[in-house]
Amino acid sequence: MAARPPKKPPGFAEGGEERFVEKVKSRYRPLADTPDEMVEADGSLRPLWRDFARAFGGFGPEEVERRRMRAEQYLRDSGVFYRQYGAGGSVERPWPLSPIPVMIAEAEWAELVPGLIQRADLLEAVMADLYGENHLIEGGHLPPALIAQNPEWLRPMVGVPPQSGHHLHFIAFEIGRGPDGGWWVLADRTQAPSGAGFALENRVATSRAFAELYAEGHVHRLAGFFRDFRDALLGLRQDRDARAAILTPGPLNETYYEHAWIARYLGITLVQGEDLVVEQGRLMVRTVAGLKPVDVLWRRLDGSYADPMELDPGSRLGTAGMVSALRAGGLTMVNALGSGVLETRALMAFMPALAKHLLGEKLKLPNIATWWCGDPEARAQVARDPAKLLLSDAFATGLPYDRAEAITSAEALFPEALAALLDRDGPRLVAQEAVTLSTTPALVDGKLAPRPMSLRVFLARTKDGWQVMPGGFARIGASPDPTAIAMQRGGSAADVWIVSASEVEAVSMVPAPGSYQRIAPGALPSRAADNLFWLGRYIERTEVMVRLLRARNIRLAEMGALAQPLLTAMEPMFKARGIETGGIKTGPGIPGALLDVLASAIGSAGQVRDRFSPDAWLALTDLNKTARRMALSVTPGDDAARALSALLRKLAGITGLVHENMYRFMGWRFLTLGRLHERAMAMTELLAVLADSKTPGVLDLAIEIGDSVLTHRRRFTVATSRETVIDLLALDAMNPRSIRHQIEGMGEQVAMLPGASDHGVLSPLARAMLRLTTDLAVESPETLDEEALWALYGRIGEVSDLMTEAYLR
Amino acid sequence: MIYDLKLVIAYEFDRPTGGGRQHLRISPADVPGEQTPLRQDITILPAPRERRSFTDFWGTEVLELVMPPGLTECRIALTARVIRHDPGPALDISPPPSGLGAELAEVCTLGGSSPQHFLGPSPRIPPDEAITAFAARAMAKAPTTRSAIEALGRALHAHMTFDAKATEVDTPPSVAFALRRGVCQDLAQIMIAGLRAQGIPAGYVAGYLRTLPPPGKPRLEGADAMHAWVTAWAGIETGWLAYDPTNACWAGIDHLTVGQGRDYGDVAPVTGSLRTEGGQRGTHAVDLVDVAATSRRREV
Repeated sequence: MAARPPKKPPGFAEGGEERFVEKVKSRYRPLADTPDEMVEADGSLRPLWRDFARAFGGFGPEEVERRRMRAEQYLRDSGVFYRQYGAGGSVERPWPLSPIPVMIAEAEWAELVPGLIQRADLLEAVMADLYGENHLIEGGHLPPALIAQNPEWLRPMVGVPPQSGHHLHFIAFEIGRGPDGGWWVLADRTQAPSGAGFALENRVATSRAFAELYAEGHVHRLAGFFRDFRDALLGLRQDRDARAAILTPGPLNETYYEHAWIARYLGITLVQGEDLVVEQGRLMVRTVAGLKPVDVLWRRLDGSYADPMELDPGSRLGTAGMVSALRAGGLTMVNALGSGVLETRALMAFMPALAKHLLGEKLKLPNIATWWCGDPEARAQVARDPAKLLLSDAFATGLPYDRAEAITSAEALFPEALAALLDRDGPRLVAQEAVTLSTTPALVDGKLAPRPMSLRVFLARTKDGWQVMPGGFARIGASPDPTAIAMQRGGSAADVWIVSASEVEAVSMVPAPGSYQRIAPGALPSRAADNLFWLGRYIERTEVMVRLLRARNIRLAEMGALAQPLLTAMEPMFKARGIETGGIKTGPGIPGALLDVLASAIGSAGQVRDRFSPDAWLALTDLNKTARRMALSVTPGDDAARALSALLRKLAGITGLVHENMYRFMGWRFLTLGRLHERAMAMTELLAVLADSKTPGVLDLAIEIGDSVLTHRRRFTVATSRETVIDLLALDAMNPRSIRHQIEGMGEQVAMLPGASDHGVLSPLARAMLRLTTDLAVESPETLDEEALWALYGRIGEVSDLMTEAYLR
Repeated sequence: MIYDLKLVIAYEFDRPTGGGRQHLRISPADVPGEQTPLRQDITILPAPRERRSFTDFWGTEVLELVMPPGLTECRIALTARVIRHDPGPALDISPPPSGLGAELAEVCTLGGSSPQHFLGPSPRIPPDEAITAFAARAMAKAPTTRSAIEALGRALHAHMTFDAKATEVDTPPSVAFALRRGVCQDLAQIMIAGLRAQGIPAGYVAGYLRTLPPPGKPRLEGADAMHAWVTAWAGIETGWLAYDPTNACWAGIDHLTVGQGRDYGDVAPVTGSLRTEGGQRGTHAVDLVDVAATSRRREV
């Protein structure tokens, strides 16, 4: 069907399309005895979903697919991924979005909010007691064994009051709708909850798919929540010159993408444990301008990894002395170390009573029914009525179906076996009611089908108290089975729309008047600078390698066996790069060494996703994929020359994206320094190897690899000679490929680095650059012989060492 | 008894190290009724960049240091004078091990000395079937918790051979037990595993031991040792009892306590980069002198 697309997308805006509502309703089959978000028990459509149904019902299969693709396109273009673990390591997976939003009425949400805030306050009070006075244990409100044997109760944090006065600043709850239609808390996420950043990405992608619905559907915006939390983080600083930072375990973490993304979105430095050091009780970040204080750390790392000195000694992700800094009161940790203890599954059994004891209130929002089997009465209860109860590890954190763990169905056991198990392992066991969840429409083969859904909601402590994100992160099951909701097991994620009856306030990340202003970009962490420097080097190294290989393959294609003398002249450069060229007819078109350099470039870029343009990242991964595909099939000679030319064009695209779009701040300088340095080294090597060779055609080869054939023709009306080639490729500052051009460029960048000149006294690096620049300026083609070129090569190499010494560690 | 304690820990590094953060747990503890430190001095060479003390969760005094970079050697010297009170003979009023669970359930505190911390597995002492079976056999006939502790300690002493070369600081108790060899640390951790398996809360004590010279021989300076033994909970009435399985005796007048924890990891004398940097050699020497005996000798 090649129908022209309708001028206006069919949708609610046109009104009146009741038959579309009917169509959606009649084709949707909710599960028996399970509440559904879109339709009532009697099969009628909930009013909230009418606009959606009116629009969706009007879409043909192509239109549905087109909209799904639009959301996917967005996610692909922004490089959203998560890491999936399996046998033999982990892989990056595209983000599994279910493009149909989960819609919740503002009025229902408003009823939920006080319950969420009450629970947040309750958890704060429990935390304060467990790390403070311990009245809950002494008063018999919590069993001592549940805490004393809990790996998440971090003893070094006992008696260390949080600098900000609060332990919890950013938490999440996993909630689900039970069979009676009410909401239940399934799990508390207080350690380092993830998903808030993904919720934002889900929002953008979903709004791409249903742009009209989103624009006119009175959906509450998310930006205000993030703006207020960012202001709160910055407000926790004791010192306006200090910074707030986000601590990530690094690129191998499941949700590293989110850490990098949220750091970029909030304008907050992303750091890893090795970037940090504790000095005189204060947390500092190593930057290219020296140590800079960090007053607030939003950790996305489990607490026990934060400090190998006082917590898990095997941790390689932490910073020695972190606990010492907290003890000295020089740092606010979001959330306080040790907050993981609140996630303990068995703790849920005590929440209703703790709410009464600590807050004098009933729980407004119930949690999933839980029994800790260390208590004789609870054991008796479980043994008496095991129906629908699941037994699992009392000390486990998170949702029972989120990771592989041993879960026993209590009712499946013989009563004697159950009693024996409870008697033997009681204190290590928790019994919980099997989770039942409501269903929500998801796209299955282009049609709407009911799938189980749970919701992760986020709360941030702001200057006005707890704020609940108006939306969240919905997890959608891969099948009607409610336990198949985990993303590691094929589940997907969906956006959550809190729909108002009236217009909603448009918000953005721009600070409101009177709130904290975003600080100017702080000094660049040394590790980030190091990765950017090497990224620049690896990208340029790839280009040099591609040019060398292309020149070789063109000779092979054009001259056949006659090319041998030229190939022999080039050989040292291949050898230096670990490329086995083989004979005339053999050898790979795209050698493994080239793929290795590309992998290194991706490794470096992956470490600085928060500072690297998403478009450039995409271009880099695309280049990598193309090169790997080519390596499988390309044959030496003309075929390889063409393939390498295609790679060169893609490389030019990356360089263009980086240099046209990247803000000229410190990060860009290091990236540029890396590129210039690598190019200077490669060009010096090229001339040292080729310029004094007597092989005919070798000088033309040099200017071809140096991409200066046309320039040579224009600058010198004669054929290539040693003098003209050295002049053009080494000494001509106007030639963007010449050694001198690179050296002068480096000199300019080095002069802009912190500490380059202290009241006129140059740093060792700046001094070395000045010498190099001057020496090169007074060279002539005659004096720059092979020996002088190799000496120059060594001096340029030393610059890298000086740079590492001064800035990169 | 009044002791003068001298401890010297020295490290040499093959190449200058990056310096870094250290925790030292070497000061004799103040234990009411058991030992009283009178004075103490700790000298560190070269001078650390930062130096402060804090008391950890278990009540142990920790000296926190940040050493300067470019370290080629490092010397830590402690001198202290400590009174060690004679515990005197004990009366066994502890319940049978089977009755300990009920008493433990009544202990609703989580302070550092609460037995609640000492029953479950700890990072360096996971449960081990062979040790569990050995402990069950050794303690089967003991009528009280106190006698059960002693029975296991004696059995272990007989079963194990002291061997300073057989194990390393990180050797798990299960491995040392299978080898039937080890040092005080191994014996203590094996005994703790056995006690916990029988429902007796047990912890690790680090400290110093005065080594008595063989009869007729003069005592050698530096021959005393950093030592480890076991503390076990014998009910509300009796409380904690300290047993030294390496010497098959109750800890007494020759034992000076630094601190206690769930296992070696909680009371290691030196933690931090001094211990972990590559290419280093470390030595330590302990000297524990009875002040009265010294002055008597001087009078002669």
